[in-house]
Amino acid sequence: MDNIEIHGMSRGAFLVRGALATGAAMGAASVTPWVSSALAQDGGGDVDILNFALTLEYLEADFYKQASKLSLKGQYKSLAKEFGANEQEHVDALIATIGQLGGKPVKSPTFAFGLKTQQDFEKLAITLEDTGVSAYNGAAPMIMSKEELAAAGSIVQVEARHAAALRFLGGMSPTKGAFDKTLSKGAVLKAVKPLIKA
Amino acid sequence: MPEAPNAVPELASDPTSRKKFLRMAGGTGVAASFAVFLAACGDDKSSSSAKSTPMSTPMASADGTEQFGKGDLGIANYALTLEYLETQFYNDAAESGMLKGKTLELAKGFGAEEQEHIDALIALIKKSGGKPAAKPKAKFPLDSAKSILDLAATVENLGAAAYLGQAGNIQDKEILAAALSIHSVEARHAAVLNLATKAAPAAGAFAKPATAADVLKSVKPFLLS
Repeated sequence: MDNIEIHGMSRGAFLVRGALATGAAMGAASVTPWVSSALAQDGGGDVDILNFALTLEYLEADFYKQASKLSLKGQYKSLAKEFGANEQEHVDALIATIGQLGGKPVKSPTFAFGLKTQQDFEKLAITLEDTGVSAYNGAAPMIMSKEELAAAGSIVQVEARHAAALRFLGGMSPTKGAFDKTLSKGAVLKAVKPLIKA
Repeated sequence: MPEAPNAVPELASDPTSRKKFLRMAGGTGVAASFAVFLAACGDDKSSSSAKSTPMSTPMASADGTEQFGKGDLGIANYALTLEYLETQFYNDAAESGMLKGKTLELAKGFGAEEQEHIDALIALIKKSGGKPAAKPKAKFPLDSAKSILDLAATVENLGAAAYLGQAGNIQDKEILAAALSIHSVEARHAAVLNLATKAAPAAGAFAKPATAADVLKSVKPFLLS
C-alpha cells in the first residue's frame, strides 16, 4: 500500500478506515452514474472531511499561485488570477469553519507542480479542478451537518465552474458526461500524491 | 408575495400545496445558519460574496418542494420539473434555426445531458416508490442567438442554484449523491454559458443557493397553463 503522507493529517486514521484500499479498488469506476464509491467508506466525521477538503484547496490555491509566475497568455491569465483568489477564499473559509467546529485545521503540505509552460498549466489545471469536483462530490454525502454540507455544495459548484471553463478554453467538452463521477478520499490522495513534496 | 399563488397550479397537481407554498415563502429560519458559515470566512477584504451575502441568504426549506411530494421525493420531482424545462429549452433552441456552429453543438450537447438527468431522476423516483411529476408545458422566447444564449445562462445558473438550495434538505444519501453529481454538471453548463455571454464563469468563490419558491417564480413566465 502506498505510503501517503499529508502533513498534519492522521495517516493512521486513513489506514484504519481502509480508505486507501477502498480508493484503489473502486476508484473512479462508479457502478452507476452517481452512486458514490465513497458511500462505502466512513467519512471520519465532519472535521476530517473538511480537513481533507482544506488539503485540496491548499493544493489548488498554491497551484494558481505558482502559475502566476508563468506569464500566462490570453484569457488564462485573468482566469488563473480569479480562480486562484476563489481557492484562497475556500482555504480561509475551511480553516475558519474547522476552528468553529473545535477542530484543528491541517497545515499546508509543500507542493511541486513542475510548471514550465502554459501548456503544463492548462493540462494540470483541468486535472486538478476535475479532481476537486469528484472529491467534494464523493465526500459531501458523508457530511453530517446541514450547514457544512451546504457550504461544501457552494464550493464544489465553483470548482465545477472552474473545471468547465478551463476545459472549454482548452477545446474540450466542458463536462465529462451528464453526471460528475465521485472519487473516494483514498483515490484523490493517491492522484495528488506526486504533487506533494513534503 | 402576491404572485406566488399563480406559480403553484402551473407546476403542481396538489391543490393543497398553495398554503405550504405561501408559508415557505415567508420562512427564513434556516437562512441564518448558512450566513454564519459565510461570515465565518473571516477576512473582510478577501470575499466579495461573503460581504454581499445578507443575513437573509436563502437556503431552501423543505416546504418549497412539498407541492411535488413529501421529503426527498418532493425534492426529486421538483428537480425533475426543472430538468424537463431545461431539456425543452435546449430542444426548442436547437430547432429554432437561430443557433449555428459551436453554439448549436453546445445546445445539443447540454440538452442531451439534461435528458439524461430526466431519465435518471425518473428511475430514482420510481425506485423510491414515488410517482414522477408530469412534464410541464412551456414556451421560451427564442428570438436571436444572443437572447437564447442569455436565457441559457440564466436557466443554467438558476438550475445550479436550485440544486444547491436543496442539498441540505435531502435525507437519503443515494439521492443526495445523485443530486450532487447533477448539480456540478449544471454548474459546468452555467460556467461555459457565462463565458459565452462575457460573464465570469463563477460569480465569487461561493455559489449561492436558491429557494424553490424563488426558482419557481423565475420559471413562471415560461410556463403555459
